[in-house]
Amino acid sequence: MAILQTIELKRYFGDTRAVDNVNLSVNEGEFVSLVGPNGAGKTSLINVITAHLKAGSGKILFQGRDITDLSVTERVRLGIARSFQLVNVFDDLSAFDNVALAIFSREGKTAHLSALAHRDHAVIAEADDILSQFGLAAKRDDNARDLSQGERKLLDVALAYALKPKLLFLDEPTSGVSTRNKAAIMDTIASVVRGRGITAVIVEHDMDVVFKYSDRIVVMAQGTVMAQGTPDEIRSNEQVAMALLGTSGPAAFDQHSLPQSGPQKG
Amino acid sequence: MPTARTGPSFLWLLAGGVPVVVVLAVLPPFIGVYQTQQLTYGLAFAIAALGFNLLLGYTGLLSFGHSAYFGAGAYAVAFIIQRLHVHSLELCILGAMLGAMLVSALFGYACVRHTRIFFGILTLALSQVLYSLALKFFWVTGGTDGLRASWNGLTLLGGLIDFKGSGAYRRFVVSYYYYVLGLFVVAVLIMWVIVHSPFGKALQAIRDNETRAGFVGIRVRRYRWIAFIISGLFTGLAGALWVPLNGLTTPEVLYWPFSGEIVFMTVLGGFRTFFGPIIGAVTFNYLKVYAVASSQYWQLVLGTVLVVLVMLLPAGIVGTLGQLANKLRPKQLQQG
Repeated sequence: MAILQTIELKRYFGDTRAVDNVNLSVNEGEFVSLVGPNGAGKTSLINVITAHLKAGSGKILFQGRDITDLSVTERVRLGIARSFQLVNVFDDLSAFDNVALAIFSREGKTAHLSALAHRDHAVIAEADDILSQFGLAAKRDDNARDLSQGERKLLDVALAYALKPKLLFLDEPTSGVSTRNKAAIMDTIASVVRGRGITAVIVEHDMDVVFKYSDRIVVMAQGTVMAQGTPDEIRSNEQVAMALLGTSGPAAFDQHSLPQSGPQKG
Repeated sequence: MPTARTGPSFLWLLAGGVPVVVVLAVLPPFIGVYQTQQLTYGLAFAIAALGFNLLLGYTGLLSFGHSAYFGAGAYAVAFIIQRLHVHSLELCILGAMLGAMLVSALFGYACVRHTRIFFGILTLALSQVLYSLALKFFWVTGGTDGLRASWNGLTLLGGLIDFKGSGAYRRFVVSYYYYVLGLFVVAVLIMWVIVHSPFGKALQAIRDNETRAGFVGIRVRRYRWIAFIISGLFTGLAGALWVPLNGLTTPEVLYWPFSGEIVFMTVLGGFRTFFGPIIGAVTFNYLKVYAVASSQYWQLVLGTVLVVLVMLLPAGIVGTLGQLANKLRPKQLQQG
């Protein structure tokens, strides 16, 4: 059953068609990868679905309900969460407070003025549990700004995960992270997300990562969905290989990775 | 159970706070009427700075219009005493809080739609509307003369304490000092709980990153508005407590330089710390009193202090002491 459906979704910036007539369907429990060259409209599509950008036209259905006109916080309350391509956390709060805040918000407790946050043992235990699932337990009391790039990326995902979303968008969770750490971060994210049966849509440039973790791959180009299918179908789709890599052939994807849009460290 | 640090301990607050309150409580007989009066002014301003810093330090909004809420509280008390002939200070304070809440809710509703310089300018402009009204509506506000609010008609604690007979002024100054000290302690405790509550954490999250705050489900604008109203209430209480001490209120407390003084107090003490604004307010009051007494160019003295402060101690008094303590700690460990 589709948890998310977009119907003829459009968002233009002047003459640039960032999202052009996208009809996308994501099934419950799926791990979907969104791939495509820089400027294909992947992040714009996520921005429109999560209300970071207003839709130009078209409809977004979440669990069958039209959410096109709902605000960011209303969509979050329904169970849509996201992480960001450029790390977007609360820099002057500790890693613990970052995650605890998301839990307080999810529980509707951020409106509480007269309770002490550090006395809420249920939230403390859950926040500590999430930090250890993401391998951040040792950095619990460090301010987010003092964490390494990889740790900040994980914290960004942990923040979204702590909201217990039904649908989670991860925008390049390994961009800007050294190649050595990429696999570990993706393993962590995939095991946590799959462990809870969360439907996930991930934007990723590393095709090894995409083929390894995805149930389904959606290929975007120039604001439109040009192909979609299982990893095997996409791997053998010459049109896709040509569009993404500029080359085709039986082993095209084994030798190439898509260029990243974010800063990359060796 | 988690063993690591989960937040500031309430015991720690008591351990640090109780000795300070005890010292403040035994001071009056030793320092005389004049100094007691100055300390009362300092404590009243400290409540204003505490309220102001909920916006600046915790929510990341720099208001240049807090004179409006201080003035709303002050004018409400003077009006209730003079025009409604009420003697109970508690009723006056209640009226003042209501006045400050109405003004801050109204102004805040407009201001929290903006951030940074736009927020600052809007708070400044709206406070000056109130200043103009105080000047023009002289049949209500007394115009430039202001409104008198004499201390000798007042009663404290629901009529338990009044100020009649000989030595009344001295009795007023001392009783009023304890009255303000009591409310100051309550205000500090309430603010401490607020900033350490989930709501306080949400404000800090908004300060750090409002976009992400929205994406964890926090209604940014509404929370800013609530913070604005709480901030206005604290500042209004300060204005209410200031009036009986001063004897009258004039449009000067609504004028923008007074908003600047509240900013000054907070920056002087350190806006990144909880106790900074309190220390800053008390220090600023003494600084201003002695600068005014010692030179006709007192603004120059205060200006110089501000420049030195910003250049040498950007973290303020409490912030700098905290940094020093952190630097000393490893040395002690090495020595040990």
